[in-house]
Amino acid sequence: MLRWMLIALLIALCAPGAARALDAATVGKLATGDGDERAAAVAALVASGDPRALEVLKALSDGEMQTAGNRVLIVKDDKAVDAASGEAVTPLPESRDDVIVNNRLRGELDRAKAGLRLMSHDREVRRAAVKELEGGADDDMRPLVKQALAAETDPDIRASLALVSAQLDLKSTDKAARIAAVKLLAGSSSSAVKTTLIPLADKAEPDAEVRAQAKEALKLIESRLARAQMVGLAFSGVSLGSILLLAALGLAITYGLMGVINMAHGELIMIGAYTTYVVQNLFRAHAPGAFDWYLAMAVPASFCVSALVGMALERSVIRWLYGRPLETLLATWGISLMLIQGVRTIFGAQNVQVENPAFMSGGIEILADVVLPYSRIVIIGFAAVVLLGMGLMLARTRLGLFVRGVTQNRAMAACVGVPTARVDTWAFGLGSGLAGLAGCALSQIGNVGPDLGQSYIIDSFMVVVLGGVGQLAGTVYAALGLGFANKLLEDWSGAVLAKIAVLVFIIVFIQKRPQGMFALKGRAVES
Amino acid sequence: MAEPPAVIPERPRRWWLKRSTQPSSDASYGRTVDGALDLTHGVVLYLEGISVSFDGFRALNDLSLAIDAGELRCVIGPNGAGKTTMMDVITGKTRPDAGRAFFGQTIDLTKLSEAEIAHAGIGRKFQKPTIFERHSAFENLELAMKADKRVRRTLFAKLTGEERDRIAATLERVRLQASADRPAGLLSHGQKQWLEIGMLLMQEPRLLLLDEPVAGMSDEETERTAELFLSLAGEHSLVVVEHDMAFIARIARKVTVLHEGSVLAEGPLQAVQNDPRVVEVYLGR
Amino acid sequence: MISRLYGPKAWIVLACCAAVVFVVFPVLNLVVPEGNPLHVTAFGVTLGGKIMCYMIVAVAMDLVWGYAGILSLGHGLFFALGGYAFGMYLMRQIHADGQYHVDMPDFMVFLDWKSFPWHWTWSEHFLWAVFLVVAVPGLLAFVFGYFAFRSRVKGVYFSIITQALTYAAMLLFFRNATGFGGNNGFTDFKRILEVPITTPQMRMALFTITGATLIATLLLGRFLVTSKFGRVLAAIRDAEARVMSCGYDTLWYKLFVWVLSAVLCGIAGALYVPQVGIINPSEMSPANSIEIAIWTAVGGRGTLVGPIIGTGLVNGAKSVFTVAWPEYWLYVLGLIFILVTLFLPDGVVGLAKRWRKA
Repeated sequence: MLRWMLIALLIALCAPGAARALDAATVGKLATGDGDERAAAVAALVASGDPRALEVLKALSDGEMQTAGNRVLIVKDDKAVDAASGEAVTPLPESRDDVIVNNRLRGELDRAKAGLRLMSHDREVRRAAVKELEGGADDDMRPLVKQALAAETDPDIRASLALVSAQLDLKSTDKAARIAAVKLLAGSSSSAVKTTLIPLADKAEPDAEVRAQAKEALKLIESRLARAQMVGLAFSGVSLGSILLLAALGLAITYGLMGVINMAHGELIMIGAYTTYVVQNLFRAHAPGAFDWYLAMAVPASFCVSALVGMALERSVIRWLYGRPLETLLATWGISLMLIQGVRTIFGAQNVQVENPAFMSGGIEILADVVLPYSRIVIIGFAAVVLLGMGLMLARTRLGLFVRGVTQNRAMAACVGVPTARVDTWAFGLGSGLAGLAGCALSQIGNVGPDLGQSYIIDSFMVVVLGGVGQLAGTVYAALGLGFANKLLEDWSGAVLAKIAVLVFIIVFIQKRPQGMFALKGRAVES
Repeated sequence: MAEPPAVIPERPRRWWLKRSTQPSSDASYGRTVDGALDLTHGVVLYLEGISVSFDGFRALNDLSLAIDAGELRCVIGPNGAGKTTMMDVITGKTRPDAGRAFFGQTIDLTKLSEAEIAHAGIGRKFQKPTIFERHSAFENLELAMKADKRVRRTLFAKLTGEERDRIAATLERVRLQASADRPAGLLSHGQKQWLEIGMLLMQEPRLLLLDEPVAGMSDEETERTAELFLSLAGEHSLVVVEHDMAFIARIARKVTVLHEGSVLAEGPLQAVQNDPRVVEVYLGR
Repeated sequence: MISRLYGPKAWIVLACCAAVVFVVFPVLNLVVPEGNPLHVTAFGVTLGGKIMCYMIVAVAMDLVWGYAGILSLGHGLFFALGGYAFGMYLMRQIHADGQYHVDMPDFMVFLDWKSFPWHWTWSEHFLWAVFLVVAVPGLLAFVFGYFAFRSRVKGVYFSIITQALTYAAMLLFFRNATGFGGNNGFTDFKRILEVPITTPQMRMALFTITGATLIATLLLGRFLVTSKFGRVLAAIRDAEARVMSCGYDTLWYKLFVWVLSAVLCGIAGALYVPQVGIINPSEMSPANSIEIAIWTAVGGRGTLVGPIIGTGLVNGAKSVFTVAWPEYWLYVLGLIFILVTLFLPDGVVGLAKRWRKA
């Protein structure tokens, strides 16, 4: 105890100074002295305030310190550095002896390191040190923590330190100190803090007032945690919903227009993802400086490639099966098999790497446990933009008018001169292009492999079947609804059961309301 | 004027079939409510004050009509007059907003489902012939034949001699004996219409509703159809909706003219054709 | 013409096929010695049995699709359920000869389960297994079909939800907690009815039983299809509303053939598992069920015999390709799908009919 107060005092007294060579004698004692001498040497190094002290102590505890004759060396990767002066020593001396650290010394070293880090010049080091302590600090650290708290200037670190200090105070015998600590901790929203408070709310705690305070504090923390959970859950739901929307939008359009359930839709998504991969590689090879902008090219590229493939399919296969939806289903399944195998032949059967550009890495941290990734936020925004674009296109452009007309009454549209065959091709291309966009988005948050499409095809169907046909609103609501339902159930019972429950729900729902949620009035499941 | 008919209580249906619009199993035994068709007053169909609105548009406006048993009635009128809607009400496809509809004295049509009305003895033939194209004419009639239509019976059903005779008789009646074994899809348009009438007859209806039966037929086919209808009248009651005035002249005794959802004129064809209101609205000068 | 199905020539062909199954194969496998070029290997017998099981499924599929117009893309589920039901019995028949030498299936010991889950009760009894093979697919088909047909779910939507059903079931069976061996499924069978399973005699017995079942299925199908029931069913396929207005309760007709089809698939699955020696959840994959549809389409739906031919052709091609040029098999299969739907709507049988007329 006394020793630590001494150390703390020494730390308080020392001013952060320029890097100077450590005292060679102290370092020598550290390496070769007896138990007490070594402990004293540790304390002296701490007191020196030299930033290199931390390095030396670290090297010692990592087993990198060695002696060669009278010199004390730090040896890493066959390179030697003089422990005291920090200068390189070449050539590496032949005969070296390891410096052994026993348990007692190890304990002293750990504490000294922690203390040094708390007082480091480097803000990040201090912050990391405090974070480590948040998980639970030794009682022994209390004076160090208090000293650090007094000397700390950065408000964020100060707040964290205060919490750590409060956590330590919880074990104090002074009732007032305990209550003050509890009150302070009530402001936290970390589950680690919650764990430390729980024993105080328990019957084992002798003092009733402390117990009451603890219970209240726990309630506050729990509600904050629950709210964070909910935000995280809501975000996941919206994120999944936006992905489902992107995936299913194209399918909804082609099905609404032509009554074609395109089983190759998943593969068009996959093609979009692979296009993104190719664009990424091109940028990496030819324009590495602009790598972060590869998405600007990948998005239109995915759209175009998938749209072209889709239009080719429509012209070659699907148009001949007009009016035979079941056959179309089978034929497009055959196409999907060929596409998957084709991709496997060209790119290989294993997954390929698609890297996020810098602005999509990382995320917003709401609370300690809840992080909202930027990539998903961008995708939500992207989905909204795509949806808006689609809506505008359908409502304002000529093609959109034709598409709506042909969806509602093909024969009549043909009679008034709408080129239905061409509208079919364009609309199919549009739907496929949307699938490509979905693939581009998916490449940013998941694995890209030949089977990418297979995992999204059933979900896309469910969205289309649930949302009804002919109106974008149905697709949107169905996608969001399914996204939320999936995430909520996942939280409750695990991913697999959630998926099964959602599928069963849809199977049942469809039987109650075969036309889906938002079908155009009068439009039956089978046109 | 016929007396307002009494109301019979609704037949209880099996609860687990409630949502389905299928007939309850009782009806599909082939039993009809035939016994309950009360023709003591000689009226087979009685519509009083029927009104139907679709989204504000008045399709039928206080329509009143009575068909005698064994009669062959023609209904004519411009498009939008409500002819098809009237048939929908009779067959139970559409429920009237107001008014009463009775089959015979006692069967309240507004309370029965479509299938129950079909089993009660009202048969409807739509404008577009819907027959089973891949089955032969014989098989079409066999399928339509009034019989126990449950799965178990159908699995082990074998045509009795009597049933064969009935089918043969109907084939003769609709002049399709020669084509009995050819797939029905190969028949001409007119022949398909007859086949469908034949299917209707196999269900032994008391009242037939025929919607534009000769549309698209050649002159000869039209003539033959007229003969067919005339032969049917008497034991069946027929209501024929048509535009072909020559055909109507051939078959009609009494004609009803509908206009804007209600009856404009009624009477023998001559009288109706000379009625100035009818001329103005429909027939033209 | 629907009511005149199979003239006297067909019975002769059937008799020949029966002879191949019951006489030729057994002789060539059991009597003819191994070096002889005419010898049929164990692999050949198993392959033949496997394909015959698929043929039963294809005929079942033809009943619902070719004759009732219901395209199910989840029939593999019923097949797999039958397989799993019988598989449970086969696992019990291993007795204590598994890896852990306990009278409990290996995967249960591995998961540290102390007793059998409820769905394994009576699984050691052969008759119970037979009952389950029929009852489980049948019950599931009944419940699903009842609600689906009642709500008039038809066409592509129906096909999609059958896909969803089989997909959900596959996910369920992949979980270890479901108690069906997880993603490894059941394998390493040793005995049926206490008779060792890997002997040539047992293999031949299974083969001939499968052949007999196939013939029985065909005859049952023929009876169904040439009866009035079959005509009603075909009418439902062509114009369901008209059938209803004729007074038929189409729900029960569709349900009857649907459940029958599911039960036939279940039986096929139960015959498949002891011959192939393994069952796992990938049998329930959506892709499998779609393949069943293509066997039927290739052969010619609505003919009962066509699907048998189609299954033979497609699976034969598969066997050849996966050995010789495995990377190309999926291209070939995909092409088959496309070409058959575009150019051969009546399948191989339809093609043969056209040639005969020409």
